[in-house]
Amino acid sequence: MAMTARQERYVRLAMPWLTLAVLLIAWEIACIVFDVPEIVAPRPSRVFEVIVQRWDLLVRFCLETLWTTMIGFVLAIGFGLLLGLAIGASPFVYSGLYPLLIAFNAIPKVAIVPILMIWLGIGALPAIITAFVISFFPIVVNVATGLATIEPEMRDLMRSLGASNYEILTKVGIPRAMPYLFASLKVAATLAFVGSVLSETVGGNRGIGFLMLSASARNDSATTFAGLFAIAIMGVAVYAACALVERRMTRWAFRGELVR
Amino acid sequence: MTAPDFASGASSPLVELNQVSLAYGEGREATLALADATMRIAQGEFVAVVGPSGCGKSTLMKLVTGLIPPTSGEVKVRGERVTRPIKGVGMAFQNATLLPWRSTRDNIMLPLEVVEPHKSRLRAERAAYFDKAQKLLASVGLGEFGDKYPWQLSGGMQQRSNVCRALIHEPQILMLDEPFGALDAFTREELWGIMQALWLERRFTAVLVTHDLREAVYLADTVYVMSRRPGRIVKIRKVELPRPRTLETTFQAEFVDIVHELRERIQMEHG
Repeated sequence: MAMTARQERYVRLAMPWLTLAVLLIAWEIACIVFDVPEIVAPRPSRVFEVIVQRWDLLVRFCLETLWTTMIGFVLAIGFGLLLGLAIGASPFVYSGLYPLLIAFNAIPKVAIVPILMIWLGIGALPAIITAFVISFFPIVVNVATGLATIEPEMRDLMRSLGASNYEILTKVGIPRAMPYLFASLKVAATLAFVGSVLSETVGGNRGIGFLMLSASARNDSATTFAGLFAIAIMGVAVYAACALVERRMTRWAFRGELVR
Repeated sequence: MTAPDFASGASSPLVELNQVSLAYGEGREATLALADATMRIAQGEFVAVVGPSGCGKSTLMKLVTGLIPPTSGEVKVRGERVTRPIKGVGMAFQNATLLPWRSTRDNIMLPLEVVEPHKSRLRAERAAYFDKAQKLLASVGLGEFGDKYPWQLSGGMQQRSNVCRALIHEPQILMLDEPFGALDAFTREELWGIMQALWLERRFTAVLVTHDLREAVYLADTVYVMSRRPGRIVKIRKVELPRPRTLETTFQAEFVDIVHELRERIQMEHG
């Protein structure tokens, strides 16, 4: 069965939705067939019911999580970019900071949330900082990699023209690091959600993490799952936004796909 | 002498290497890449350096341009000892290293954004420089490709752009490190012609590193043959064939004789 190019495109666009539908239907059927009690795993239809019933509440808590996540993410971009440039451009900064960064990244972030709470109390600030702390690492590593992999010939050529290190950085290094930066943003954005929800769940009085925690304390599984769905949807939306920006900003790095 | 005779040309060459050696690494692990190289390159001369791979040909280029300091001996350009990257150099490597986010024309204009006096004039005289880049592109047959991106060009076109980028700021010295090495034979021979035409028009001093002996004899006034690592200069051969040389020249007895003579000397290194 041969498909035209247009048909193939439509099918590819429909594939994620079809997969999602199949998964949800399988889940629904499994719950009915095995007679799973709602407190263990609510049926998807029940979760949707709750989403509709508690729409206002969910949106309010989601927005709280969304903006703390975004502030943490934006901070991570700024800080990650600067640190990545410093590490990629200077071997001294690299050897000084890189081992520390790896050590820091190995610490489970759930361990630092209580410390943040002691310092900052509860509220938005611990969530912002957790989102920031968990998401800057991939940005730093990617930007530094982009800079460190400048072709030696290009560096020689720039030096032979009398270019300063700053000129090599701005004319070659930074544009070259951009695709690496945008690739890392997609990972970092989803990590930022992990960070803020983590902080809200460990202790707090706001955000979708807090909503899920209090719902599960009331044995309200359907609401807890509704919260999970909400986080997943926000994650996908932010990922898609990052991917879109990536396409716009670094079209040249996708040259293979321009042909199609 | 095939090089043009300037008033002081014969007595003070443009580039001078005296007993230059270079070792990579330190102490016991040091490897000698280049040993006791002595060269005199006159203003406007086209020099080719040939030799087996890994004999320090590229090292020689980095020494002349001041990208690396010699371990011993001295490098002089315009009578001055070289201690840091010298001015007025254009470079082209085997790998074209064009920046994929810039159009071909913007790639070629990159040196103008870095080298004085162009750097400070570029903004005000953008149109004039644009024309200059366009003319240079046209002279290598890329007049219509300025707006294309490097990855939309063929390998031969990329190398032509690469040579344009090395020449746009009108350097006194052009360094070519196997610039045609990765191309197919036909494209390579076509680029020899283009390279020669550019040189006849502008008369820059050129140093070409290659392991293609025909390429060396076609383009150069003087061919330096290097030994295996550690590289030493084992033969200097003047090529006094009339210019412009053509593909036809490459089949003439004199041309073939010179190629054979060089070939034999290099064979000894492998023997």
